[in-house]
Amino acid sequence: MPIMSEDILLPEGAGEKQTTTLNLGPTHPATHGVFQNILELDGERILKATSTVGYIHRAFEKIAERRPLYQITPLTDRLNYCSSPINNMGWHLTCEKLLGVQTPKRVDYLRVIIMELARIADHLICNSIVGVDSGAYSGFLYLMQYRELIYEIYEEVCGSRLTTNIGRIGGFERNFTNTAFEKLEKFLKEYPEQLNEFEKLFKRNRIFMERTIGCGPISAERALNYGFTGPNLRAAGIDYDVRVHTPYSSYQDFEFTIPVGTTGDCYDRFLVRQQEMWQSLSIITQAYKKVQEFKGQEAEVYHADTPAYYLPEKKDVYTKMEALIWHFKIIMGETAIPPGEVYHAVEGANGELGFYLISDGGRTPYRLHFRRPCFIYYQAFPELVEGGLLSDAIITMSSLNLIAGELDA
Amino acid sequence: MSQLTNEQIRVALIDKFGDVFTEWSEPLGMLTFAAPKDMNLKVLQFLYDEESLSFRFMTDLQAVHYPDRIGEELCVVYHLHNMRDNVRIRFKVYTDVQAPDVFSTTALFAAANFMERETYDFFGVNFVGHPNLIRVLNVDEMDYFPLRKEFPLEDQTRVDKDDEMFGR
Repeated sequence: MPIMSEDILLPEGAGEKQTTTLNLGPTHPATHGVFQNILELDGERILKATSTVGYIHRAFEKIAERRPLYQITPLTDRLNYCSSPINNMGWHLTCEKLLGVQTPKRVDYLRVIIMELARIADHLICNSIVGVDSGAYSGFLYLMQYRELIYEIYEEVCGSRLTTNIGRIGGFERNFTNTAFEKLEKFLKEYPEQLNEFEKLFKRNRIFMERTIGCGPISAERALNYGFTGPNLRAAGIDYDVRVHTPYSSYQDFEFTIPVGTTGDCYDRFLVRQQEMWQSLSIITQAYKKVQEFKGQEAEVYHADTPAYYLPEKKDVYTKMEALIWHFKIIMGETAIPPGEVYHAVEGANGELGFYLISDGGRTPYRLHFRRPCFIYYQAFPELVEGGLLSDAIITMSSLNLIAGELDA
Repeated sequence: MSQLTNEQIRVALIDKFGDVFTEWSEPLGMLTFAAPKDMNLKVLQFLYDEESLSFRFMTDLQAVHYPDRIGEELCVVYHLHNMRDNVRIRFKVYTDVQAPDVFSTTALFAAANFMERETYDFFGVNFVGHPNLIRVLNVDEMDYFPLRKEFPLEDQTRVDKDDEMFGR
């Protein structure tokens, strides 16, 4: 029996309407995450976009109100999970700022290495996905090998790969092994060549340029008003980088430039990310050189001396009374946090990642708020895509580097 | 160019509005102050327009619930950033939880749209003048504001729940 048109339930007025309503997401493969965009289309042209977020909201801010500081680190992993080490470090730095912990230089440099590796991992995913969405799959496959290598370095340092939970308040959980450094050297040696090849594939590629130039542009003024940060703001022409403006973790010791674009379109965002990867490589090389300068006893330093917040070594817990007490107090979350309020920002892979922590002197934060860059710049998405084509919306979305985990916290 | 100091900001604000501000402090170097809630837009507009201050970037907006402060239970916190001089300030307004009406800053900062929706979603702050004040992260049917302190997280040790799937 043929299906009659009156059997299909359509929304009221759908037959008379001249436009098409399209649900882009929440499970559309091209959205790379759980976002929904309700697009009103006239043919292929977008008349109106409405974005809905919150599909993977996990109430981290509420959960954090019941947890001691060190148990909040795994929550930060799950914000921007493409570069969780940056989130982890940002959280540790926030705590250290409130607790007044001074970290040794070697720890700072090791952190810089890990954070810049994370930035490269994030940017390479983002840029190669822009390639995939514009129809070039192979660049993605080649770069992906190097994300694997970065994940192996994380694995050497902290034992996990995606949601890293790397480091502790005051430093790292263990010193970097020789294998970690060997892998880092391998990465520094092989990655530039690969990145160059990737860049050659895209940068002057006629098809790629025609797809991305003038696609989803934003002016510097609008970008600032929309609270853009990170590569997306820099692509619009504003040289704001938290690493330079408010250096943390000894970023002031390194030489690097802030790449900026002019038009804020997808092509400029791509180029800015590409340049940032080169800058990150240079920072890692400098940091690695500085780390190698520590010899003998100094090369064994991987955490600050803060027994109240840094877990003692396991063998000390079994043999020393004091270590046992600290261990118990930290694990049970019995260390009070000094009262105060602190806002600390780090340059996350997609913008300024801020932590606003209020403590009333209890054992858990009174209030913790994450400033998630994605959530703030995603508001501009309708403005970026309206008037453009459907396929442009998809490239714009991937070139904004939206991470659902961070968007929804 | 001379660096903008916290003292200069403070003097400029008091010159303009008189002595309406409270809670001046500088936790870890960030100038923090509070103003009466019906003045939030005026203060933000002044901070935005005044050439010497030009706080034109809204870094963050969120709320905090203090159930013990009767009559001013909800605190809306704005983090503003002057990118030229690289100075950040924190500005607070307190509001009664019974009538949590605060003027919306969406006309000044497009960034405030989602952030105000989020604050409404979790604390129920009613931003007057917001173009589309609906829940953003939680489900639309939710009838309470979960980040308020009267909703404690579930006690992890409770035994009255029988859940076959998760073995509690």
